[in-house]
Amino acid sequence: MKAREQALQASSALRRKKGKKQWSLLWLTLPFMILILLFNYVPLGGWILSIFDYRAGKSLFDCEFVGLKYFKMIFTDRNIPSVLKNTVIFSAIWFCISWLPMMFAVLLNEIQCSKFRKFTQTMTTLPNFISWVIIYSLAFSIFSSEGALNMLIYKLGGPQFATNILADSDSVYVVQTAIAQWKGLGWASIIYIAAISGIDQEQYEAAMIDGAGRLRCAIHITFPSILPTFVVLMLLDISNILNTGYEQYFLFKNAITAPKIEVLDLYVYRMGLQLADYSYATAVGIVKSLISITMLFGANALAKKIRGTSIV
Amino acid sequence: MVVQKRTPSRVVFNILNYGFFALFTFLCLYPLWYVFCYSLSVPELAAKEGVSFWPVGFTLTNFQQVFALDGLFHSMFISVMRTVIGTFCTVVTCMWLGYVFTKEKMPARKFFYRFMIITMYIGGGMIPTYLVFRSYGLLNTFAVYILPAMVSAYYVILIKTYVEQLPPSLEESALIDGAGPIIIFTKIILPLSMPIVATIAIFAAVGQWNSWFDNHIYTFNNKNLTTMQYMLYNYLNEAQRLANELKNNPNMQSQINKQNALTPNSVRMTVTMITVLPVLVVYPIFQRYIVKGIMIGAVKG
Repeated sequence: MKAREQALQASSALRRKKGKKQWSLLWLTLPFMILILLFNYVPLGGWILSIFDYRAGKSLFDCEFVGLKYFKMIFTDRNIPSVLKNTVIFSAIWFCISWLPMMFAVLLNEIQCSKFRKFTQTMTTLPNFISWVIIYSLAFSIFSSEGALNMLIYKLGGPQFATNILADSDSVYVVQTAIAQWKGLGWASIIYIAAISGIDQEQYEAAMIDGAGRLRCAIHITFPSILPTFVVLMLLDISNILNTGYEQYFLFKNAITAPKIEVLDLYVYRMGLQLADYSYATAVGIVKSLISITMLFGANALAKKIRGTSIV
Repeated sequence: MVVQKRTPSRVVFNILNYGFFALFTFLCLYPLWYVFCYSLSVPELAAKEGVSFWPVGFTLTNFQQVFALDGLFHSMFISVMRTVIGTFCTVVTCMWLGYVFTKEKMPARKFFYRFMIITMYIGGGMIPTYLVFRSYGLLNTFAVYILPAMVSAYYVILIKTYVEQLPPSLEESALIDGAGPIIIFTKIILPLSMPIVATIAIFAAVGQWNSWFDNHIYTFNNKNLTTMQYMLYNYLNEAQRLANELKNNPNMQSQINKQNALTPNSVRMTVTMITVLPVLVVYPIFQRYIVKGIMIGAVKG
């Protein structure tokens, strides 16, 4: 009897506590929110630099207000067309081969020996966790004039220092894409492997009893099941068309590859931090961000129409 | 599982499929293996004969001499410190936020959650961020490695998804016993969340260890804050310059060969090996947590 009374009291106390807001949670969270404010929102306020003639060492109040001068400059800047072209070409190639991770996952799923499959999966996702500096170093050791590839050609009787694809302006797009795929393919396929492992096995069994082979199973069961994932990721790729990042291109840039490897993100870095043209670089960054976010919401609306659910 | 028929086309497909994955795995591993072998080879032999699958003339002098290089131990120390401190701060912060955002009782919960989520989609960009960090006095300080990386909206979402599926009864019983939010968090939520803590910790640690661009733009002028990655980057530039000099100057080349000194290539390979080794050792151990983490994210996304 006593125990029941206690339990009743406890549960009513719990209910009282549940309804009330717990302010201590807020105080303990507020410092982190201030961190977000300082490191994510204040830089957004820095966008104001783009309408001033900001120079290093000056306070913003001493700078001349120039309105949209720097935004207009983007249209007359002679570097922009080539930088934009490079960015779009890299993104377009990336987009055209965006089915590779899906294919990779489907084929890997066909490997019956589970030890081999696990080993392959582990080893092909490994490069994703290696920094770009190291990847550059690896690429350099294999492909440079004195690298492993040239040594092999030389040993097989070819000329010395035969190739150096890292200093070849014709193959920049292909080589850089291949290196990025080497790093990311295994990792990108994991999301599809997860989707495949979620497919109901009974579907396959039923299909096989009906006489379907592995190929038919893949075409009629596996692909349709993972297609929604593919569509979502493809839409995200499209909205990221201008966000190629800069680490890879920064490292692989040299005198020969420079005209073809400089993408928008790298151009912002060069204008802003190397040439200290802060206001102009900020303006380019803003236009890039606005286009990206517009495209993201466009892609989101499209996904809603196709799938019925949003992606962001 | 239904037993498969062994049709000829099936056999051909299997051979091709196994062959493809064997080749791809080889391509992923060989560059690392090559660098590993090169770093254990005698520099002058490696430069003359080339390395293929095994070290030529096994030696540890590369490592000995590289460890004697100026600043190597210091940059290793900086890399380890930023990995340890940065990972700890990120994990604690994101765990707390992930937990708090599951609490109905948190005042203004929805507002703060959105406040954080927005940062995933829009940021100030490189230049405003740089200038703001400069005005905070963060340039050339260790804190610039840690503070900006503490809150990651993506990690918080992963953690929130995980904490949401924990049984609420445990927390309620602690609440009846009069435990405050910090006690509940450290004594109940954290111990139950170890799988997701491992996932986030490995992501954050690899990110910190691999990070170099922040070193390049924010702490460029403070040599005491040079990380392993950035040191390697400097060696890469240096090695290219040295290699060019050597190629253009036959006298120098023969001189170096005679002395059996380190070649720029063997310095580079050895530093690369030292820099990549922690990832190679840690990755296979934690791989299952990483895959688990991305799967939680995939279900959510």
